[in-house]
Formats: sequence, structure tokens, C-alpha cells
Amino acid sequence: MAKTDTSKSGGFDPLAILLEGRAFFGLVAIIVVFSLLSPNYLTVDNLLTMTSHVAIFGLLGLGMLLVILTGGIDLSVGSTLGLCGVMTGFFIHGIDLGPLGYTAYPPIWVVALLVCGVGALVGLVNGVLVAYFKVPSFVATLGALYAVRGIALLITDGLTYNNLGGQEALGNTGLDWLGFNRLLDIPVGVIIMAVVAIVLSITLNRTAFGRWLYATGGNARAARLSGVPTQFVTVMVFVLSGVCAAIAGLVLTSQLTSAGPTAGTTYELTAIATVVIGGAALAGGVGNVRGTLLGAFVIGFLSDGLVIVGVSNYWQMVFTGVVIVLAVLLNSIDTKKRRRPAKAAASPEKTSHNKSAQGPAKSAS
Amino acid sequence: MSATARELDASPVLSARHVVKHYGGVQALKGVDFDIYPGTVTTLFGENGAGKSTLMKILSGVEQPTAGELILDGAPVVFSSTVDARDQGISIIHQELSLSPNMSVADNIFMGREIVRFGQVDYSEQARQAAALMAELEEDIDPATPVGELRVGQQQIVEIARALSARSRILIMDEPTSALSAAEIEVLFKVVHDLTSRGVAIVYISHHLEEALEITDYAVVLRDGAMTANEVRAHIDLAWIVRHMVGDHYDLGSPPEGYTFGDTALAVEGLSVADATKADRLAVDNLDLSIAAGEIVCIYGLMGAGRTELLETLAGNTAAQTGTIRLAGQEISALSIADRIAAGLCLVPEDRQRDGLVQTLSVGRNLSLASIAEFVKRLFVSDTTERGLVDTGIRDVHVKTDGPDAAIGSLSGGNQQKVVIGKMLATQPSVILLDEPSRGIDIGAKAEVFKLLSERARQGVAVVYTTSEVSECLSIAHRIIVMARGRIVAELGPDTTQEAIMAASGESA
Repeated sequence: MAKTDTSKSGGFDPLAILLEGRAFFGLVAIIVVFSLLSPNYLTVDNLLTMTSHVAIFGLLGLGMLLVILTGGIDLSVGSTLGLCGVMTGFFIHGIDLGPLGYTAYPPIWVVALLVCGVGALVGLVNGVLVAYFKVPSFVATLGALYAVRGIALLITDGLTYNNLGGQEALGNTGLDWLGFNRLLDIPVGVIIMAVVAIVLSITLNRTAFGRWLYATGGNARAARLSGVPTQFVTVMVFVLSGVCAAIAGLVLTSQLTSAGPTAGTTYELTAIATVVIGGAALAGGVGNVRGTLLGAFVIGFLSDGLVIVGVSNYWQMVFTGVVIVLAVLLNSIDTKKRRRPAKAAASPEKTSHNKSAQGPAKSAS
Repeated sequence: MSATARELDASPVLSARHVVKHYGGVQALKGVDFDIYPGTVTTLFGENGAGKSTLMKILSGVEQPTAGELILDGAPVVFSSTVDARDQGISIIHQELSLSPNMSVADNIFMGREIVRFGQVDYSEQARQAAALMAELEEDIDPATPVGELRVGQQQIVEIARALSARSRILIMDEPTSALSAAEIEVLFKVVHDLTSRGVAIVYISHHLEEALEITDYAVVLRDGAMTANEVRAHIDLAWIVRHMVGDHYDLGSPPEGYTFGDTALAVEGLSVADATKADRLAVDNLDLSIAAGEIVCIYGLMGAGRTELLETLAGNTAAQTGTIRLAGQEISALSIADRIAAGLCLVPEDRQRDGLVQTLSVGRNLSLASIAEFVKRLFVSDTTERGLVDTGIRDVHVKTDGPDAAIGSLSGGNQQKVVIGKMLATQPSVILLDEPSRGIDIGAKAEVFKLLSERARQGVAVVYTTSEVSECLSIAHRIIVMARGRIVAELGPDTTQEAIMAASGESA
């Protein structure tokens, strides 16, 4: 008896493992292929460079994950990243407190907090529009995508902030720490992403807010009737997404040592891709931090690999597109696999068959 | 019309033979034989979950029978889809109309069967034929009017016109009068008489028993997936229908006794709620209600009587227009849903798929959803406390499941309903409102749910449940309130009769 049982589940297992860890295996495949194609790919230097890029996508993706878990979408994160980069430059170059006749040069940690506040503000507007004014999140954040980008361009008049080093005398140096320094040989940007990931993972899995979030995404009406403050949850996920975009903006600005108003254009799409590759459902309620991080690594390692191998920019876009669709394709195979036994149970010819058909349905799901 | 004589002579146009239908583990139909005769109104009686809708879905090609066969004009037939059934002369008008409100009457009538000429839709021909159909039905509706601008009764006529234009010989009407005014019902009945005199067979389903009796020629009663009786109109009356619908040994328990009620748990005064669909109408009209701790109150009413609106307003999901709601003496009208749950008032909603369950969460997570605050300790949820709460919940409401981590979708309807009830009971309410708690669950699960509720009442919880099935009023309720058009029209004791409840609910709608 026991033997047949294990052989049955053994026949099922490889596929299950493959589907469960598809993003992980995808990442391994990408690393193996590019290592064979180029000796420069699997070097410590390159890995560190690539993870620095991954950090940007990862941060945006983690914010996006929260929104997608509630069944929404945030198209404004790329623009928010751009605006926050510009605001970083703006604050470092001094805040002109006109009537006081005085220009304030806040220390860099205050700049960082202010910039996060800007991101949160964009998210707050999005969230209030979606939660209280019932604007579909796609539309509300599409509007923000344009408006926020426009504000970033207005602030700089289309120009780019350079000289972001600050001045010793003014006490606002240190932005380069985010983009260039390493702690224990790991780029600070990556560490920030890891910290955000851990905090969000704990929030999702261990706090009441996390429960509310999954319940809101799974069925907002049922959650509301169970006493979950769904409107608050909706506002908060957009605020957190805005903050994540702001952090990404800070890191990117530091990495580039300049703040351009067009930074982060189309990054919202990359962020959605990382979440989707990570196995989250756009309908909401399904997804986790680990998957999104893997998705960010897949996207980052793939595009950098293509650059190293010397594939043209155009082909990079084609490959990235194919990978995204493949990931979602595997997702739908996954759901079909899970549904099939349930369907089989729905149309058996005899009641006795019916019972046996329900067994695997339960164990599979 | 002399229905008796004709039926005995005529041969059925469509018959179902030994039709069986399973949904997962649930047996919705257990070998039903059913005949439809030309020029006859066949009425199908039965409670919710008796299998009426399933049978109609099979007859109209929406679903395939698990076993058994359909016979059309004496030959076995298989309907692969609704289009297939329609092409063979069978149309169904669903309870929820399937019209596109943005399109015109003519467009709707010919939807999917557009009249094409030279590769293009011939709108003028469609309009001409639609106008002819409207004249035939003696309805003054311009075929160019968007359906969304018509009254519900007129929309029903459009549905009938659509069926006629497809040359239907069999027309199935599922609760066609539930949203109609008295005048519109009269028009509908006239149309039905016209159709039968032309030889069209009508299958009619309605919860308004008296109204259905008025129009029926031949009655068939389903109970629990099997046919319990069939008889021509001349030989039946209301009592006959109820007896066969409900059965002789149909025991859902009796009101719990041997204790005295506590203080007033919930007091409602002058409550009015606006109707979401019709601006000038009140869904709940100046309603007063008082319920004591430990009391079980059943609210009976037909669809649209205002039961759901009343309960949703009490729970805080809908805002009241006027009136006060006091929970243990305290005014709660201004509180949010979450605050009302914390104060001890909770609602088990009517539609458990839409409003009750989070399908992406496990059984345990669903059970604990309304009482997360109970197991959050210093910011973080405590798995052990939650596990204890969930285990207690599963045991208390007797959920049959593989465990708290099982997917909610793996449970049967009755067990899913128990999870929703268990979720609200876990909040330790002093008043629990249940909107149609027995909807779509089998009789065994119904009995268990009612037993559970009477246990809670004995512990001092005030229980309010609604039902549209009269047999469920005469079970555990200490008091039966009959609602019609947003008002309480009768308050009856547990020793009343089914006929009295039905009479009070009124065919005046």
C-alpha cells in the first residue's frame, strides 16, 4: 500500500517541483546558459553589478507585489522613481525657504526621508482615488504615470541634476554611499532591497495587516463584511508602493550620480513582470515576496546577460517579452493541473468513482 | 381550458427520462422523469435546492445530464449547448434576464442570429420583424429603444419575443414574475395564454405558489432531487403543493425551550433604507423590531420584501436613511462593520461565494478572518493561538475538512456555509444575523446549521435568520416575522401553520 502511494506521488512530484520552483529553475538556467556563452558572466564583479541592477527592479517589484496582491495595479512607479530622483537632486541643491531669506541644506538622511515622503504622497493620491473615489487602479495610476512624470520634467525644466555629492561644509554629503558602498562586500542597494523584502515578508506573513491584504485581494466584499478595513488596506498598499519607488529612486540616483527627470521610464512594466514571473496572480490574493525577488533576479540577470553576450538591444526586448509570457504560460499550466482533478470529480459516472476522484483533488490543491 | 382532457390525450413534446445529475459529491437530480406537453403550462414546484434549476438547465442545454436521456418528439436527443437547444425549439428565460442593456430591442431579439443580407446585418428587416413580434405580443415597444430604458416587465416581453423569433415550441420561464408589478404580471399571463393557445409548451417556475396555481395546467413537484408528485390542475390545491414540496418527515428541529430570554439584545426603531435600484422606493420602510437575548427570530418574505436590505443595514454594509439601531441599549448606527462586529453584532451574508468566503485562503484562514484581533500579540499574529481558535471553530460547527490548511474550494456547499457561520461565531457575537443560511445546502446540512443556531441561542445569543422557504420558518424560530415591501406584515408564533405564513406574505406584490 505504502509503496503504491509513494510511487503515485513520485510520478507527480517532478512536475510539481518544477512548477513550484519555476522561477528558480529559470534563474539557474539563465546563469548556466550565459556562463557557457561568456567567461565574464559568472564573475564576482559582474554578479555584484547585476545584483545592483536587480535591486532597482526588486524594490519596485516588491511595492508592486503589494498592490497586485490586493487585485490592483500601480502603473505610476516608474514616474514616481523619476520624480523621487529629481527631488533627491532638488533637496541636495538646497531648499529655498524664500520668505525666511534662507536656503536649507538638509543632511542626506533627511533628504532620504523627504524623498520617501514624496513617494508616499504620490501613493496616497493613488490610493485615495482608488479606495474612496472608486477610480479603477489602472486608470488612476495611468493618470499618475503622466502627471508625475510631467511634474519631474517641470521641476528640472527637462534638465538633469548633476553634482549630487553635496558639500562637506553644508553637511549634506553621502548620497554615493547608497550606490557605491558595500557592506561585507555586498552593494548597499542590494542590502536595502533585502531589508525591504524581509520587512514586507514579515508584514505579509505575520501581521494582521498582511492577513487583511491577502483577504482583500482574494475577495474584498467578504473581507469587508468580516470587518477588514479594506479601504485602509488599499490606500496603504499604494503608499507603500510609492515609498518603494522612492527608495529605488534614491538608489538609482546614487548609482548614476545624476538625477534625470526621465529616469525609470517603462520601469513600471518591468516591475509588473517581476511580480508576474514570481507567480503572483493579477486577480489578487496569490503571490509572495520570495517569488517576486526571484522574478527580479530573472529579469535582471537575463537582460544583463544579453548585454554581456552582445545581443542587440532590440533582441533583448524580444527575449524579455518571451520570458514573461513563458512564465505566465507555466502559471496557467499550473492552475490547469490543479483544476483537472476537480473537474474529473464533477462528471464521474458512478458515485464510488466520484469519491476516489476527490482524493487526489484535495491532495493536489 | 380543458387541460385535463388534453394532457391525457396529447403525447409529450419533450420528456426527460431517469435524468441524474451530480455536481462533485452532491447529487442534484436523482433520476427524474419529466414530461412537457404542447399547449400546456407545466409548473415546477420545489424548494431551493430541490433541483428545479438543474433540471431546467439540462432541458435547455446549459448542462449535460450525468445519466438518463432526453426525448424530443419521440426520439432521443442531446443538446450540446443552449444554441443547439434553441435551434431545436427550446428557449429559456432566466431569472436574471440575459439582455444587453446598451443595445436596442431589435438587436437583442436577434442577438446571435442576426439577419444578414449581402454580408451585412439587415437592420431594417430586423426592426420590421421585431415590430411585428411586439404587435403580436400586444406590447407598445419601439424596436429601436435601448433595452436598458425599458421597465423590467417590458424587458421580460423582449425575452419572450426573442424566444418566439427563434420559433420556440418550448419556453422555460424561471421565476419570471419576481421583479414584476401586478399589472405587468397580468400582461405576462395574457401572453402565456396566447402562447399556449398557439401550441407552445410553457415550463413555469415560481416561488409564488398561489400565482403559479393561477396559471398552471399541470403541476410537478420536486423534492431533494426527485419528483414527488405530478397532477393536473383540477386535482390540486395549495395544501397539496406544500405537502409534496416539504414532505411529511421534514424535521429541522423545534424552538429550544427550558430557559428564559434575557434583556433586549437588538432594538430597531423607525428604520428606513432606500432601495438601491429604484430611487423613489424604500427597501425597508419605517420598520420596528426588538429581539431578546436567547431568542430565535425568523424573517420570512418573498424576493424583494426587504429582508436582505434590513440585515445588511443592521450589519453596517448599507447606510440607513432614518431610524435607530440599538445593540444592548447602545446606539450603533454610526459604527463601521468592524466596530459592530467588535460590539457583538455580525452578519452571515446571503451569497457565500460573493460575500462570505475568500476563495484564495485556506479553510483555517477563512475561519479566523473576522477575529484576527483575537490572536495578534504585540503586532504579530500568534500561530498557536490562531490554530486553537481555528480548531475550536472547526469542531464547534462540525466542518468536514482535511484540516485547516485545506483549500476552501475543496469543501461541499454545506461545509463552506458552516465555515462562514463559524467565522462569525468566532467573534463571540451577542446578536447573529443570518441571511438565507440554508441557501444551496442539502437538508442534512440545513438541520445541522439550525441545531448549531439553537445551541447558541440557549447560550444567550440572539439569532435572526431569513428564509424564503416556509418550512424553515416552522423549525427553531420562537417568533416568525413576515415581511412584504419593506414592512412587517405579520408576527406569528411557532404554532402557526405554513398556510398562515404564506397568506401573510401576500400575493399583493
